[in-house]
Amino acid sequence: SFFGLVSQGAEIDIVLDGQESRKTAELKLEDGRKERLPLYYDGETVSGKVNILVKKSGTKLEHQGIKIEFVGQIDLYFDRGNRHEFVSMVRELARPGILTQGVCYGFEFVNVEKPYESYSGANVRLRYYLRVTVVKRLSDLVKEQDICVHTLAQYPDLNSSIKMEVGIEDCLHIEFEYNKSKYHLKDVIVGKIFFLLVRIKIRHMEVQIIRRELAGSGPAALNESETLAKFEIMDGAPVRGESIPIRLFLSGYDLTPSMRDVNKKFSVKYYLNLVLVDEEERRYFKQQEITLFRRAEKRRRPIANSYIEQAIFHHRTAQFGQQQQPTTRAQQQQSQATPPLTTPEDAAAAAISPGRHGDANNSAADSPELESGSTHVSPALPAARSAPGIKDVLGEDDDDNY
Amino acid sequence: FFSCRISSFRSRPSFLSSDLLKFKPSVMSNQQQQQQQPSATQRLQPKKQTMEDAYSPPANFLEIDVCNPETHGLNKDRYTDYEIRLRTNLPVFKLKESSVRRRYSDFEWLRAELERDSKIVVPKLPGKALKLQLPFRGGDGRFDDEFIEERRKGLEEFINKVAGHPLAQNEKCLHMFLQEQTIDKAYVPGKVRTT
Repeated sequence: SFFGLVSQGAEIDIVLDGQESRKTAELKLEDGRKERLPLYYDGETVSGKVNILVKKSGTKLEHQGIKIEFVGQIDLYFDRGNRHEFVSMVRELARPGILTQGVCYGFEFVNVEKPYESYSGANVRLRYYLRVTVVKRLSDLVKEQDICVHTLAQYPDLNSSIKMEVGIEDCLHIEFEYNKSKYHLKDVIVGKIFFLLVRIKIRHMEVQIIRRELAGSGPAALNESETLAKFEIMDGAPVRGESIPIRLFLSGYDLTPSMRDVNKKFSVKYYLNLVLVDEEERRYFKQQEITLFRRAEKRRRPIANSYIEQAIFHHRTAQFGQQQQPTTRAQQQQSQATPPLTTPEDAAAAAISPGRHGDANNSAADSPELESGSTHVSPALPAARSAPGIKDVLGEDDDDNY
Repeated sequence: FFSCRISSFRSRPSFLSSDLLKFKPSVMSNQQQQQQQPSATQRLQPKKQTMEDAYSPPANFLEIDVCNPETHGLNKDRYTDYEIRLRTNLPVFKLKESSVRRRYSDFEWLRAELERDSKIVVPKLPGKALKLQLPFRGGDGRFDDEFIEERRKGLEEFINKVAGHPLAQNEKCLHMFLQEQTIDKAYVPGKVRTT
């Protein structure tokens, strides 16, 4: 029909091979909606069929050629005109001609390179898609089909722990330790906070996961921070010598691998933010970058039934069994006294947020952070632990036995 | 000997991580376990806390009471002042116990000094008694017991908030306010700590 609008004339449908058995992944669209897309990896062939249906039987669709493209591109939202295509492959499906009925073309992009992971963020998007174009004189008919790409990384050979002493001189000295510097997306962050000096009244402590996306480069670059998780690890006032454990399971959160300078267009970095809050809502914090990567899924070995039974049995006896002797392993003590941290007042001022009565920059926004002394990066100690006694199951301190 | 904490606030911290409900399904005895690979979620080995650290008074003890309001003088020249009683074990304070008397205008002076010199956002003082000082008002105006009590509470909140701030603790004006018998308004402003 001819109502002055451009009539489509034909319906284009892209069907990927093996779609029923292929894994899918969820990706956020530009408008915030989530979409399930078929999942591909680097080097995998992208193949399928293109079905073109002429809408009204009997009508003729004249075209100047039909092609299909496989595109990988980076969109910077604030720079609409600038779409950077880093992968672009084209296959000609049909030479100029006339379509009178439905037609089906096969396509195959063999072992096509997909160097980066799909990413949908605040100011930038990286997407892969197939685009079918039926070239016509006035306006082309176009159909796009997105796919999702994941990049897999090997578990790193060298994965040192992060250990650092930070604080505000004469007020608060802590030593924090995270067991690794590189975590996979289903990993668990194991760490501890050790209090060396506590002259402020702390009310609680939490760990946050922050994603920082840097889009673009130069003066126009946009930095966007998002707090993805907040996890309280301590409630109450600690004193010197106390250790607070951290155990944070990453699989519960919506995370992507860290992305460093993708095609020189954008970066995605992750930070662990340790926040201490005192009685007057003043916040003291330390941000530490961690690297996240996507590991290939392991095939699970089936667990023997007997193992499961024994595990349950052990749990029951652990409740009422004897307390195990604490280990006699030598502790890693620091032999010399820690040198006092020299903190310039500006840094100290910057490290403490204004607190409840903060003005324009309200306390929710993080101000710059605790100064660090020397950075210790030591291999994680394999920790031996005693069996869970009753106290442990209830979460109370062993110290309460004194 | 047994010593207990004298701080007026929280009890010992509790660990709120998913630690609480863990159990380790294991078929080995504990001894064998210690020689095996640690599981991915095992706690890092903590440093042992000394008995002294565990049971000494905490290093953050600071209590300031604003109390014993007294009205001095007669008729139009009356004013009320309060006792500022401080107890602490923080090394930054020269005296571990002190008692001085201060009036509302002294608090205003302190607030102005801190706003100018320190980088902190200074909390607000309880209100001035302007409305109460209008003529022909019933009652005792700003010497009314209820008003003094409200003001006392506000001043106590203010001074505890301020004195607990690590940056305010660097300011000479705060120490003079809290621990010297008289405030020398002609003092030389400056920092106490050499940072």
